[in-house]
Amino acid sequence: MYEGVVQDLIDELGRLPGVGPKSAQRIAFHLLQADAIDVKRLVEVLTEVKAKVRFCETCGNVAESEQCRICADPRRDGTAICVVEEPKDVVAIERTREFRGRYHVLGGAISPIDGVGPDDLRIKELMTRLASAEVTEVIIATDPNLEGEATASYLARFLRPMGLRVTRLASGLPVGGDLEYADEVTLGRAFEGRRLLDV
Amino acid sequence: MPLYRDEGIVLRTQKLGEADRIVTLLTRGLGKVRVVGKGVRRTKSRFGARLEPAMMVDVQCYEGRNLDTVTQAESLASWGDVLARDYTTYTAAAAMLETADRLTEEREPNLQQYLLLQGALRSMAEGLHDPGLVLDAYLLRALAIAGWAPSFHDCARCGAEGPHRAFNLAAGGTVCPVCRPVGSAAPAPETLSLLAALLAGDWVVADASQGRHRREGSTLASAFLQWHLEKGVRSLRLVDRRDPDAQPRLDSRVTWAPAPLSVVKTVEEAHAAAQAQA
Repeated sequence: MYEGVVQDLIDELGRLPGVGPKSAQRIAFHLLQADAIDVKRLVEVLTEVKAKVRFCETCGNVAESEQCRICADPRRDGTAICVVEEPKDVVAIERTREFRGRYHVLGGAISPIDGVGPDDLRIKELMTRLASAEVTEVIIATDPNLEGEATASYLARFLRPMGLRVTRLASGLPVGGDLEYADEVTLGRAFEGRRLLDV
Repeated sequence: MPLYRDEGIVLRTQKLGEADRIVTLLTRGLGKVRVVGKGVRRTKSRFGARLEPAMMVDVQCYEGRNLDTVTQAESLASWGDVLARDYTTYTAAAAMLETADRLTEEREPNLQQYLLLQGALRSMAEGLHDPGLVLDAYLLRALAIAGWAPSFHDCARCGAEGPHRAFNLAAGGTVCPVCRPVGSAAPAPETLSLLAALLAGDWVVADASQGRHRREGSTLASAFLQWHLEKGVRSLRLVDRRDPDAQPRLDSRVTWAPAPLSVVKTVEEAHAAAQAQA
């Protein structure tokens, strides 16, 4: 145990996700040894991010104003909405440069065992957005795990009667992997979603 | 014993660190164990998909100081994938998995609970019966194995031969007019027959039951479980019960119309409001 403010810093750093007591101690001593200007810059960024960043009123993504960069961009295709669990999923899909539509961040997935139900997610906000006649396709890009699949089937149950094209991201083999190491569930889904070779 | 191998059903998973998961398994031989699946959240994980809730796996683990680590996992049955395709079965299965987690202790072998859960998940995945009935049958039988078998015929207090009309949670089931505590419920006789059939595994009687008796039976079974567990089962609140007597909840002929966000509180209300406007 250290005394006073040093221990306070270690305790605060230890509350961050993925930072254990040893890592917290290491970061604290790194900050103590760092130049004052570097520490000041970190403090300013932390203060600024907390003051400026909020959630987009339309899609729930992180934003610096009422609307995020994607929702405010008139060049984006408004007919397709990609539904994701977290803001970091938006970044992952944006990296592909394959999708030019807009997003909707649910804020998680339905997980009864954790007490998270449909009303805890931004589903009713999605329904309100879909009332716009512009949207013709909803791409459900929740995680390919049990909670993500269940959330997708829940959404599909509501969205299909609305006459929209409801699609789900394909599941299958990762690029660069060996077939023999694929598990049965993934390989089974890859077979389900096989496509015609157009050569 | 640094390495061990057992078959088990995944009860729940929790995120750990960057790409790992803590996996709670109900195993055949060792009882409930908590193990770490390293890197299972990465898309290239060799056994990530096998360690999802409701999967039955053959696992090999390495004993650690606090938590054991999974070194190999082979699928024996992948019910989770089937169950997640239907929201009703998913919520019912989640309630069964949470109940199993609550009724078993770590490192205490419990073969009966394991076999019961295995049978219930298989039945639900195969769609043999209404998921709500399978869930209620599971809850009652799991409680019976745990030592809290409810009585649906004879008096739970004095043993007087039934049938009796009153039902009391604290007493442990139906009670005779002499033993009946104040505040006891008076369910329909058909509801008590349904619950007795679910406990005994009489599916002919259970499948033929009416929706209102199933609803009442579900309420009693859930209340009985919550009474005996110190902490409530969170999943039960979110179980999406299918009502065999009711009209389909979503009418595909109804076109969607905007529902003002300010006046709706729940998703169900949002859809109902849109249907009303249409």
